[in-house]
Amino acid sequence: MNTNLSPAEMARYARHIAIPEFGLQGQEKLKAGRVLVIGSGGLGSPVLLYLAAAGVGHIGIVDFDTVDDSNLQRQVLFTTDDIGKSKAETAKERLLALNPHLDIVVYKTRFTRENALELVKDYDVVADGTDNFPTRYLVNDACVLAGKVNVYASIFQFEGQVSVFNYPISENERGPNYRDMFPEPPPPGLVPNCAEGGVLGVLPGIIGSMQASEVIKVLTGVGEPLAGRLFLFDAASFTTRILKVQKSPDTKIEGLINYEQFCGIVSPDELRPVKEITVQDLYDWQVQGADFQLIDVREPHEYATANLDGELIPLGSVSGAAHRLAKDKKVVVHCRSGARSAKAIRELEDQFGFENLYNLKGGILAWAKEIDSSVPAV
Amino acid sequence: MAKIIIPTPLRKFTDNLSSFETTGTTVQEAIQQLTQTHTGLERHLFDDHKNLRSFIKVYVGEDDINSLEKGATVVAPNTVISIVPAIAGGIN
Repeated sequence: MNTNLSPAEMARYARHIAIPEFGLQGQEKLKAGRVLVIGSGGLGSPVLLYLAAAGVGHIGIVDFDTVDDSNLQRQVLFTTDDIGKSKAETAKERLLALNPHLDIVVYKTRFTRENALELVKDYDVVADGTDNFPTRYLVNDACVLAGKVNVYASIFQFEGQVSVFNYPISENERGPNYRDMFPEPPPPGLVPNCAEGGVLGVLPGIIGSMQASEVIKVLTGVGEPLAGRLFLFDAASFTTRILKVQKSPDTKIEGLINYEQFCGIVSPDELRPVKEITVQDLYDWQVQGADFQLIDVREPHEYATANLDGELIPLGSVSGAAHRLAKDKKVVVHCRSGARSAKAIRELEDQFGFENLYNLKGGILAWAKEIDSSVPAV
Repeated sequence: MAKIIIPTPLRKFTDNLSSFETTGTTVQEAIQQLTQTHTGLERHLFDDHKNLRSFIKVYVGEDDINSLEKGATVVAPNTVISIVPAIAGGIN
């Protein structure tokens, strides 16, 4: 493959070439580099923008999703006009507008155990910008099995993590991977997910830029990659820490597995159904002055933004507060969309034998849409 | 006193406190003081057999306590203990 830079590329990358330890050779390595970016959202946006600007010659983008207005607070690849469009296609268009000297391949699909090894095989480095535990473990395991470097980053509220996993440390040996850090994921509900927890919009910009920097270092061999170390950043206190990551003798990755099952995620079809009412039913009960109790299992900050005047008992503390629930009348339990409240109901039924709990179908989102548009749909 | 840094996802169980000062002389004592003060944390850090959960790492300085003396790792008055959970967000 010809990795010689054209005069136009030489001019474009002049500030890279001027760095003594980077130079022309580093830039040619970037041009020859092949990077698969999984997820073009919060982290993927800055990663892709900087890799494209830097001149990484071959970039793959895996994203099945479309642009939503709630993405734009942090996903700087996209604009208001892009709402509803394919993220991967839109990203490609934007990146080629930034740098036409690139080969960009789009995979409008989920990253699954069926396609993972096929997708990573043509790339040197994988940048993990996914947003859930099953895919994180899948990305890790696929990289280990295929012998690819996994440049990892993750974010939550004000906090970010970065590391370089499965980095070659000798001909036959690789550095630690994600499972050496965290052998198993948290079961659902034990640690809040990002949809509940939110994220400071600029945080993926900061952390994703560091991720891009590590990808560039891995491709060029310049500097010392963050292998065997975990970088932590807390934007709230502006503190950083670098911790050592060691290989664990217990880590064994012999093939790809069912990652949903591994992470304890049960599909909605497999869950026991709960009794439910519609938002119209709830409205009618209110108008009729029916005697019932309304419980809101969202987090306090969600309640402060919008609520239906229910009693706040966050999902994580619902068992400890079971005594606050009436047993002699109907109790309607709601959350944002109906998923957390269904979980709360199952927990209360299993542990305390409640038989009078009703899930509000569609949660406060359905209420905002069908009953009262003045309630913010957040 | 030694300090335990609480990660963002677990601060909802510590009244939003980002750190906790402890007089514990080992990691185990220090974390016990933390979970006795903030009881909601217990089940997020330990399983039913009182083992540290597999998605939580505890560090003394920059070292994983698994590479030191685990719960018996000595804590000096100026030690910084970090609790590091797995976080999954990339926010698609």
